Amino acid sequence: MSINRRNFLKTLGVTGTSIIGARSLSASPSVSTVEMKAVLIDTTRCMGCQSCEYACAEANDLPEPEDYPEVDVNRATTTEQLTVVNGYDTSEGEIYVKKQCFHCNQPACDAACLTKAMHKTDDGPVIWREEKCMGCRYCMVSCPFEVPKFEYDSPVPSIRKCTMCYDRQQEGEIPACVENCPNEAIAFGTRRELLTEARRRISESPDQYYNYIYGEKEAGGTGVLYLASVPFEEVGFDTTVQKESYPEKTKGFLYSVPSIFVLWPMMLLGLYKSTNDKESEDTGDQA
Amino acid sequence: MSQIETVASAEAQADSRWRFLLSELKPKGKIFTPFNIVSVPIIILGLIIIFIRFWKGLGAVTNLSQTVPWGLWIGFDVVTGVAFAGGAYVLTFMVYVLNLKKYEPIVRVTVLNGFLAYLFYAGALLLDLGRPWNVINPIIGNSFGTSSVLFLVAWHFMLYMLATLIEFSPAVAEWLGMERARRILKGMTIGAVIFGITLSTLHQSGLGALYLMAVDKIHPLWYTEFIPILFFVSSIFAGLSMVIFEGSITYRVFSEKVSDKDHKHHDKLIFGMAKVCAGAMFAYLFLKLLILVHEQQWALLSTGFGAWYLLEIVGFVILPMILFISSIKQHNLVLSKIAAVLTLVGIILNRLNITVIGFHWDAAVRYVPTWMEIVVTLAIIFIEIWVFRWVILRMPVLSKLSKYRKPLTHQINEAE
Ligand code: SF4
Ligand code: SF4
Repeated sequence: MSINRRNFLKTLGVTGTSIIGARSLSASPSVSTVEMKAVLIDTTRCMGCQSCEYACAEANDLPEPEDYPEVDVNRATTTEQLTVVNGYDTSEGEIYVKKQCFHCNQPACDAACLTKAMHKTDDGPVIWREEKCMGCRYCMVSCPFEVPKFEYDSPVPSIRKCTMCYDRQQEGEIPACVENCPNEAIAFGTRRELLTEARRRISESPDQYYNYIYGEKEAGGTGVLYLASVPFEEVGFDTTVQKESYPEKTKGFLYSVPSIFVLWPMMLLGLYKSTNDKESEDTGDQA
Repeated sequence: MSQIETVASAEAQADSRWRFLLSELKPKGKIFTPFNIVSVPIIILGLIIIFIRFWKGLGAVTNLSQTVPWGLWIGFDVVTGVAFAGGAYVLTFMVYVLNLKKYEPIVRVTVLNGFLAYLFYAGALLLDLGRPWNVINPIIGNSFGTSSVLFLVAWHFMLYMLATLIEFSPAVAEWLGMERARRILKGMTIGAVIFGITLSTLHQSGLGALYLMAVDKIHPLWYTEFIPILFFVSSIFAGLSMVIFEGSITYRVFSEKVSDKDHKHHDKLIFGMAKVCAGAMFAYLFLKLLILVHEQQWALLSTGFGAWYLLEIVGFVILPMILFISSIKQHNLVLSKIAAVLTLVGIILNRLNITVIGFHWDAAVRYVPTWMEIVVTLAIIFIEIWVFRWVILRMPVLSKLSKYRKPLTHQINEAE
């Protein structure tokens, strides 16, 4: 018995510590003190000119877009188009909406990624790191907005999505789309500044805006905020998206892991002892 | 014995061990069996498809898309395959922890099945990885995504394979006639068992937890925050049904390896496992009902998907549960086997309903696997059966070693 227990502890010791140790860390992305950068997209100012799409293609070495926004045609982002502008026919006339990654405050993709290739940087942008990713596509399964795109036709596939021009930001520049928008429909700044700005616009011209900031609460808050003149479901937004963050969904499970890791073996060992004790005299070798 | 003699005999032993290993590598039994004739072409075709997959990318052989990134290879091979392999942890729990010795004769073959299932079906995960060379990142620790359920599941797969390997290793040692090693390995069994059960609890439920963040994508009748618990409970009867099902086949195909006494004994074990299955299924149904009431999904039941849901529950959980119970009452083996098959179908339905069929259930373009995805899946199953047969024919899995072959040490002693 003592040998068994020692062996058991050894097995657990060697292989278990890494997992228990790793698991007991917090399941939520770290809350940093740096103010997160964000983007505010004011759809009332967007003319659907596609300048952002062209700028994005150039900044990311991608082919120029070949299609253009058409009312009520839903273009999705692809591995080669990290942002797209769609047109909608609404009660207030035609409205154009730019789509890309939302850069969630607590991104599902980051929580899903087992290699930390998908990563919420302290500055706000959610980036993808080639040298880490193993291409499992769990980020795609988890992202509520279906943003990450996978290169299915490549033997060396990448995950592609908007990075809020993280590399440009590192060099002190602002995202390419923001810089190239002729109508200032896209603003760049800290998330707090932009929320204040959005509220100011709504309160200054209440007739022009629908009183809601999409992204303030969605999915636990996102780094891309939207203003519109109509209710957001009219312009292709999913308004049923939950308000709590998505990683919250797996927290209960992940938090229970360390306790099961401790309780289960103890319970099993106890059970084992109680069921094996009575015979221990007549049958020497138990295991 | 002088030193020279000892060395010489040690050399002779090592030499004969090599000769033994070489001879064991040769095929045993007939070559043109129906199974071989069917499986070999499929395996070859599967390997070709796998080659194309690595050469041209996943899109060349699968129907996966940007909205359905996980298809048959994950939904069936990994998620369903691992549930089917649950028999190993349930049986080791019954035999080693609860000390129900009567199940001992089938524990080895079940653990072997479990190990191979993990090796091949979880191994199928590698085929599905876009960038498999980076799989070392989460293993060697230069990039630990510890908040990821997949991280947990992947690690548990690897550790569990190790645990089942330790549990099975005494059989290998017996086969090689390494008495000392066998005793040491045997001493590690209970540790491996307890570790293995813990790991199984967590990764069986973890496979369900993988889908928790896909809350908007899975049909509400199947999505619940209790998916992990449902996956765990259902892995108990999924695993045991697989043991019943595989057992009936194995005991027929490898009939000559099993004594009449063991055959009779095996029938008794089936009824015992049927009882456990029925109990676990009852608990499962109770949970399902609670969830249905709690989430107030009655209205959904009258839709097409509602009918599909009811078919899964009534036809493939309630019905087999009743069959299990009546098979015990009437002492009818056939009923138990039918129930086991129905249960397995039900598990396939349930896992696929969450991972494939109910995933983006409202999308205009549905994912349907290509024939190539299906062939690769079949090829993996066939390769696993080949390895299984190879081991069964050589190692003391179904019966005690001495029954059909003398241990190696005896042969050596005789040769001298
Ligand atoms: S929108 Fe999707 S990809 Fe972008 S940060 Fe959020 S979860 Fe990640
Ligand atoms: S595909 Fe890459 S980025 Fe996405 S979860 Fe897997 S490892 Fe992370």
